[in-house]
Amino acid sequence: MITAEQKPIQEIIGYIAPYGKILLVGCNECVTVCAAGGRKEVGLLASALHLNSLKQGKTIDIKEITLERQCDPEYVEELISYINDVDAVVSMACGCGVQTIAGRYNTPVFPAVNTKFMGASKSQGIWEERCQGCGDCMLGITGGICPVARCSKSLLNGPCGGTSAGQCEIGPDTDCAWRLIWERLVELGIQDRYEELNEAKDWRPAGGAGPRRIIREDLA
Amino acid sequence: MENFEPEIVAFCCHYCAYTAADMAGSKRISYPSNVKIIRVPCTGKVDAIHLMKALEKGADGVYVAGCLEGDCHFKNGNLRAKARVARVQKFLEDLGWETERVEMLNMSAGMGEHFAKTAREFTEKIKTLGPNPVKEVKTASKAV
Repeated sequence: MITAEQKPIQEIIGYIAPYGKILLVGCNECVTVCAAGGRKEVGLLASALHLNSLKQGKTIDIKEITLERQCDPEYVEELISYINDVDAVVSMACGCGVQTIAGRYNTPVFPAVNTKFMGASKSQGIWEERCQGCGDCMLGITGGICPVARCSKSLLNGPCGGTSAGQCEIGPDTDCAWRLIWERLVELGIQDRYEELNEAKDWRPAGGAGPRRIIREDLA
Repeated sequence: MENFEPEIVAFCCHYCAYTAADMAGSKRISYPSNVKIIRVPCTGKVDAIHLMKALEKGADGVYVAGCLEGDCHFKNGNLRAKARVARVQKFLEDLGWETERVEMLNMSAGMGEHFAKTAREFTEKIKTLGPNPVKEVKTASKAV
């Protein structure tokens, strides 16, 4: 999923300072799972913004709504009945959701979260990066562990000299991806695979050739 | 300000603090009537939004009273509550509010005297802090 974290509250307050009526929009997908912008977080942020306004002797009108999916135009269309009654929209979705709303309505839209990475849940409250969307998945030859996302240098043919006691030199909390890959290949009994060299990767599908697009002609 | 009587909301766990409050009553130990108790099945049930809404609606102070650490009836509900209280305190700090308006307390069911003592101490602390700033706006808007 796409992970995100709420922005510092003062930054959000700064965005909406000129406006009196706010539509605060959450998303039921990824940001709900990573507890950054779901219905609960919408409620909390609205409450925090109310507290901030009340402390300054003002009131603020905040309409809370959480869409099923903010990155799909059909769900963003649901905002049509509220959009004319507000001065600005604050989106708690990832950057995709913010831009879908901005592309549909002629109302200022501000992000309330910082979109971080494509990650998986390690345990309750901990998410780790697992995919960089390189567009040419090599998990099939690396034992299901991604060197692009999990090696700090995205090396494709074994570890660098910075690996120490199985950890990456950037810090003891980061496993050396190539140590993990080797252990996994041994576990699977296919360590011979390690001897095969991976050719230089074509980074164009990873975004090197500009913004990416998928067109499915059977669906479009 | 001298006559300020704070309104305090206390989310009390059924298995400890609520029983401790009952114990205080049985032992005829008085505690300030400012403290309004909300019984919860476990403090793990108390979400950050409950604490925020209490402040938003004008409570001068809010505390969560759960079991002693390691003694939660549901294993770790009190630790979850502790983390949520810390999160709300961070929210308040970022907003320029006094973080002391929200607190996590721990006690066992037999600690009636402790319940009364902490209720008194928290009430006194809130009296020092003064009223929730939200109240003035709410009063002013009602007057209009």
